[in-house]
Amino acid sequence: MSAIRVPVVEKIFSANDRMAVQNRQLLTNNKVLAINLMASPGAGKTSFILETIKQLSNQFKIGVIEGDTAPVTIDADKIISAGMPAVQINTGGNCHLDAVMMSDGLAQLPMDKLDLVIVENVGNLICPAAWDLGTHFNLLIASVPEGDDKPYKYPNIYRGLEILIINKVDLQPYVEFKMDYFRKGVEMLNPGLATFPVSCKTGEGIDAWIVWLIEKIKVFKNS
Amino acid sequence: MHELSVTESLLKLTLTHAEQANAKKVTDINIVIGRLSSIVDDSVQFYWDFVAENSICEGATLHFDRRPAVLHCGDCSKEYTIDQEMTPCPACGSYCTTILSGEEFYLDSIEIEKESENEG
Repeated sequence: MSAIRVPVVEKIFSANDRMAVQNRQLLTNNKVLAINLMASPGAGKTSFILETIKQLSNQFKIGVIEGDTAPVTIDADKIISAGMPAVQINTGGNCHLDAVMMSDGLAQLPMDKLDLVIVENVGNLICPAAWDLGTHFNLLIASVPEGDDKPYKYPNIYRGLEILIINKVDLQPYVEFKMDYFRKGVEMLNPGLATFPVSCKTGEGIDAWIVWLIEKIKVFKNS
Repeated sequence: MHELSVTESLLKLTLTHAEQANAKKVTDINIVIGRLSSIVDDSVQFYWDFVAENSICEGATLHFDRRPAVLHCGDCSKEYTIDQEMTPCPACGSYCTTILSGEEFYLDSIEIEKESENEG
């Protein structure tokens, strides 16, 4: 027997990343903008998606891919009730979606009829940040009751974002949340990040987000 | 938390390259891991013995080459190495920084054994 060193120099995520490139290409070819929506459990991901659908449904067709660790269809059922196509992906206990699961989800959506795909990732601030799904934007929903220290504790997820939503701002009078401290942390990790403070319950701030998103969809469709 | 799927990806990548090289056995796996990557190398090590079982990688040793996080200050242009996240520039205190390195996570090389041509 003889020992040989074989040079590789390849990213360990390379198989995932290749699939992500294919997903992005499929979406772009169909002129469908895709958003990877991440948050911790209970930040308001599904409420935020439902609110976004409500605001856009007269102009655009939106498909939703729901990632859940458990085989439940609670979230997908809500989207379908709101009149939009939704696919439930069960990660089988896994803590994140990956590009292969994303590809399975896209295959079940009517791509030629859609303008926007929102992917609701598994509720988690660590793992989803490491896996490129092949979407065009990474969006994080932070929420006021989670606390103002989250950018400092989960820097990796903040670094890779294009959009930040700060949800449940109507709860600020009731919980300790220093907005300046929170936003200073975000600015350190991701200077100039597009940030929208909102409340899905009262509707505060939703308009600014919707105006921004409509503009992005239109620019994308015409590109 | 996601180290099991990371370790499975590592195994697949290693097997692809080992098979291309006609390996009988993989003995060593050299991984480069940056200080800012969200991978816990102890967990990868922990899962490795399970995922590599009954493959030509069974028993292979994982070597982690840990790379420091190097930042560039956007205000004073200083380059500096950090041990902790969100450390300001030591020269001017600015947080306006870009990461030059420290997010690496790749398979650098593998060491394999194959039947020598002179044998058998």
